[in-house]
Amino acid sequence: MSVDMEFVKRLGDFTLSVSLRAGNERIGILGASGSGKSMTLKCVAGIETPDEGRISIDGVTVYDSARGIDLRPQRRRAGYLFQNYALFPSMTVAQNIGIAARGANARERAGIVADAVRRLGLEGLERALPARLSGGQQQRTALARILVSDPAILMLDEPFSALDAHLRSRMERELSERVEAFGGTVFFVSHSRDEVYRVCDRIAVIDGGRIDGAVGKRELFDNPRTVNAAILSGCKNVARARKAGDRMVFVPDWNLTLETAASVGRDMAWVGIRSHHIRHPARGETVNCFTFAVERRSAAPFSVTEYLIAPYEGTPKPVALCRERTIEENAPEGDRRAYCVPPEKILLLCD
Amino acid sequence: MDWSPLLISMKTSLSATACALSLGILAAWGIRGLGGRLKAILDVLFTLPMILPPTVLGFGLLLLLGRNGPIGRAFLSIGVRIVFSWGATVIAATVVAFPLVYRTVRASFEQIDSAILNAARTLGLSERSIFCRIMVPMSLPGIVAGAVLAFARALGEFGATLMVAGNIPGRTSTIPIAIYFASEGGDDGRALAWVLIIVAISFTVILAMNWAGGRGRR
Repeated sequence: MSVDMEFVKRLGDFTLSVSLRAGNERIGILGASGSGKSMTLKCVAGIETPDEGRISIDGVTVYDSARGIDLRPQRRRAGYLFQNYALFPSMTVAQNIGIAARGANARERAGIVADAVRRLGLEGLERALPARLSGGQQQRTALARILVSDPAILMLDEPFSALDAHLRSRMERELSERVEAFGGTVFFVSHSRDEVYRVCDRIAVIDGGRIDGAVGKRELFDNPRTVNAAILSGCKNVARARKAGDRMVFVPDWNLTLETAASVGRDMAWVGIRSHHIRHPARGETVNCFTFAVERRSAAPFSVTEYLIAPYEGTPKPVALCRERTIEENAPEGDRRAYCVPPEKILLLCD
Repeated sequence: MDWSPLLISMKTSLSATACALSLGILAAWGIRGLGGRLKAILDVLFTLPMILPPTVLGFGLLLLLGRNGPIGRAFLSIGVRIVFSWGATVIAATVVAFPLVYRTVRASFEQIDSAILNAARTLGLSERSIFCRIMVPMSLPGIVAGAVLAFARALGEFGATLMVAGNIPGRTSTIPIAIYFASEGGDDGRALAWVLIIVAISFTVILAMNWAGGRGRR
């Protein structure tokens, strides 16, 4: 099974442009809210029509503007788990699931429903109406209904956003297992990098309305290429930078000249430093070590964030870098601290 | 006392409610898929009978269904006269009741979360089965409310009915028409009796509607 899409969809002055190929894998689509993530899934499902391009699911062309192909959603076999699950409120759990078993007679249908109810742990809820179900049960019903409809691919649209925080991690594990068991192409849309990282194999970042392929998830977090990918992957320190040597950059905002492990490319325009990569220097270490002024500290239950100002003289006050440490780390109070930014941890980013 | 107006009124109102209900639901469904200007124009056309004076509707119906009207002539050629028949009372009542069903049901359909309909489509359900198995059940309170309003409006219909169906005792003379002619002819007792009867019916209908509305909310 595979999905291949390359399309453009215009919405007022916003243009969504997607180029993505997926095999039997879980692809995360990571982007801020309102960035066009759901619109991408809707175009694949046939709920929205792109302006141009083509989409094929499992080798079947479901949309091709040049050849005038635009299959109805009914014929695309694209299972879509909606954010609010979209159960049919006037039907029971069993009816919600059974209605998706098309082409089956009443007896087959009963068997299919019983099987799906068992597999998704909905026993005893067959005759309940959706309004009576918890968020987790609603999600499982919606998933059962989709699986019964025999989809070629699965698309999950922010599946945890409607759940309470304490339910999320359990539901995430359950959904991960079921999605793995499905085996085909899965798209998982989310604005949470942690969720995407845990559930998916590869990640596509939606950046300024563009999706340009997916990369391995480790690669996205270890080596994001664009400034937006770095921010989406959770990098807290991002600033404009200038090339100052083959392995040297100058960052005006921070008033720092930093050595890098990789050679600086021509299209480098930004650098990023993850807040947990700023560390105490080892004895005698001097590369990228500076004495920062600690501007302020803010404590979370298990971690402390320090805001660090690099040395400056005669220049405007630099922008603070943020450094995160666990509360266990023994750090003496005091407003001047020596810290080091390891050259191999500096992310060189383009626009 | 001649009870035929009660029977005619009930038969006419129930038939007109059934017609207005089917047409109104179909119109509310059909207009969903349309876009832009066509939708706006059709929406106005479907609502217009609610605003226009009944005499305008009666006149329009006479133009269409009368001896020289396109529909009237077609039916006359197969030996059926529409105007001044019982059928004409049903047609007149249907036309005035239709917008009430159309607007109530359309509002109910619009309340349905589009994700639910899109989910049904991605699950492979045909548009027809989405209509029958999801939209209609979900809009049942609105459909019932539309039906009650349509029945009440059809029961009270006077102007258009008088123009296209006239006052033929035992055939087209409904309660409102019987009241008018009784009062005109100086038979105030009879007029009052019919007035009390129609007030009682209307009272019951509104009571039933409120009761059903209360149940729907629970």
